[in-house]
Amino acid sequence: MAERPRARRETVRLLFLIAPSLFWLLVFFLFPLLLVFAISFGQRGTYGGVRWDLTLENYVRFFDPLYLRIFGRTFSIALTTTFLCLLIGYPLAYFIATRPARWRNGLVLLLMIPFWTNFLIRTYAWLLILRDQGVINTFWTGPLHEFLVQIATALPLPLWEILLRATSQPLHLFGTDGAIIVGLVYGWLPDMVLPCYAAIERLDFSLVEAAQDLYANRFRSFTRVILPLTMPGIIAGSILVFIPSLGAYVTPDLLGGAKSIMLGNVIYSQFMSARDYPFGSAISFVLMAVMLVGTLVYFRMGAE
Amino acid sequence: MAEYAIELRNVSKHFGPVVAVDHVTLSIRDGEFFSLLGPSGCGKTTTLRLIAGFELPTGGEIYIGGQLQGETPPYRRPVNTVFQNYALFPHMTVYENVAFGLEMRRVPKDEIQRRVREALEMVRLPGMENRRPNQLSGGQQQRVALARALVNRPKVLLLDEPLGALDLKLRKAMQLELKALQERVGITFVYVTHDQEEALTMSDRIAVMNEGRVLQVGTPEEIYERPTCRFVADFIGETNFLSGRVKERRPKEVVVLVDGSVEVLVAADREVGVGDEVTIAIRPERISLHAKPPDPRALPGRVEERIYVGTDIRYLVRLTEQTVLSVRQQNPGTDAMIRFSPGDTVYLHWRLPSARLLTE
Ligand SMILES: Nc1ncnc2c1ncn2[C@@H]1O[C@H](COP(=O)(O)OP(=O)(O)OP(=O)(O)O)[C@@H](O)[C@H]1O
Ligand SMILES: [Mg+2]
Repeated sequence: MAERPRARRETVRLLFLIAPSLFWLLVFFLFPLLLVFAISFGQRGTYGGVRWDLTLENYVRFFDPLYLRIFGRTFSIALTTTFLCLLIGYPLAYFIATRPARWRNGLVLLLMIPFWTNFLIRTYAWLLILRDQGVINTFWTGPLHEFLVQIATALPLPLWEILLRATSQPLHLFGTDGAIIVGLVYGWLPDMVLPCYAAIERLDFSLVEAAQDLYANRFRSFTRVILPLTMPGIIAGSILVFIPSLGAYVTPDLLGGAKSIMLGNVIYSQFMSARDYPFGSAISFVLMAVMLVGTLVYFRMGAE
Repeated sequence: MAEYAIELRNVSKHFGPVVAVDHVTLSIRDGEFFSLLGPSGCGKTTTLRLIAGFELPTGGEIYIGGQLQGETPPYRRPVNTVFQNYALFPHMTVYENVAFGLEMRRVPKDEIQRRVREALEMVRLPGMENRRPNQLSGGQQQRVALARALVNRPKVLLLDEPLGALDLKLRKAMQLELKALQERVGITFVYVTHDQEEALTMSDRIAVMNEGRVLQVGTPEEIYERPTCRFVADFIGETNFLSGRVKERRPKEVVVLVDGSVEVLVAADREVGVGDEVTIAIRPERISLHAKPPDPRALPGRVEERIYVGTDIRYLVRLTEQTVLSVRQQNPGTDAMIRFSPGDTVYLHWRLPSARLLTE
């Protein structure tokens, strides 16, 4: 019987200890989330605001081809970004993880340094690189074009004609899905590299030797041993890249111009310009549901 | 079939300034149980890795089955390795681990199945096919590692301290089992160990290594009975060393003046000249103690300590100012045995061939 009060005291103490974080989660996370969820079933007031006539109309509206197309584009941009990050990030992580131990921390630091700059500024820098009068196009229509002109006069070939015509005007890089993907890949690359690096660095390389001892060449020891054993890092990295890419707002806003927009921009405009809070909330929730399902499926896949 | 399973000719391996393997020449016969024995850091693992192809020599040549290996990658060499930490694939079952090598060589499925089952039976581990390595005990993991290598029927099996992680009892049992297995399958074993007892009980021949060099190659008996240098005599078993100068050469014997005071007679089994500095090695169990001199050659000494070791009684006997000899007498457990006490004067005696003359 003496156990009871003590157990209760323990519970109270525990509650007391977790209270601050619990409070934080409730007030700043769960409460706003529930609010958004509730609003998504409301209707737009005449002068903005929310009318509490409950309806599913906002969710139905999402299935309009216009929004579905943007959703499709958002999804494929996020997927491409994740894939490219993996393609660049994994070999990079592998390279760093297989350097001598005294180099590794320095290399990871080098990877992180650019990211001490504000995200907005870094994205803006891409704008300066990609736009029609940007760094790439200055070179494209400038030195490269002149160089080709000189070669063409010295050695006339039909091939030069095509190249000369191409370099006589700037490449339209800015305002495309490609520009958004470049910005996103750049922005989220470290989120792919770090978990992959952690997984590869933990890998026991005597297992790779064992595979090679058992007649597996380099390719097969990679696919049969290294890849499966570093899969947790790949999965973590992919999720860390895919989710923010799916909800991206700043990057498409700056690099996508007027034509290329993603779901994040739609949500923003629903809240800030259209003042349609309920529809914005509904889109947010659809996006969240997709992320949740996607993550679960991916984890399940990795567990196999 | 080539005469030797493995030949190393003048093989060296440098890691920057470190000389891990230094001009090693070895010929390992087909079907032999060959051990590389030496203290930690002497280059045993490096030698094995050179044979397996994980490292390339900085000098010299390696032949496997008469074929020069050059830069042949590990996956094209007809050898398999049992790693010290087993290196089992943690994401595969026991079956998948053992099948891995056959699968990589594209052996048909049904043959893989049959051979994996055979290999697991051979290491007495049937019925564990679907377990993961982390669900096995250390001894079982060791057997899986062995099966994973043997299933490929390599010309040569390389084993790097395969029993190092097991407790003493299991280790002893596995030693016998491994040896029996090797005789049954007839595969050449190259076995790395730093445990001299293990090497002596299991090997057909042993190479004793130190600081990257091979000091002596021979059967366990040769290594134990006729060490050619002080390091080998010291490393294998316990040995007393007497240092002195050659005083006189006779046709079959040499007289050595030990510590400038005691004359000791040894068989002249190597060339020495009068005045040379030499060392005499003698095993503690080859010395007998007597209360009265049994022979004019017997040397007087004084018992300093008596240590009870269970199977033996160990005495420390002072011969000269500088030299104390360790002497082991079997403990028959009866009163029949004469026991000496510290302070007693005793006579040390041994058969002439028991003492070995070493130069250096
Ligand atoms: N990759 C490496 N880089 C630098 N030095 C190395 C490397 N591998 C081994 N060495 C050095 O080479 C020497 C021999 O090492 P090796 O591992 O062959 O010894 P060993 O006889 O197997 O020792 P142990 O019984 O402790 O396993 C050591 O001095 C070691 O430090
Ligand atoms: Mg070793």
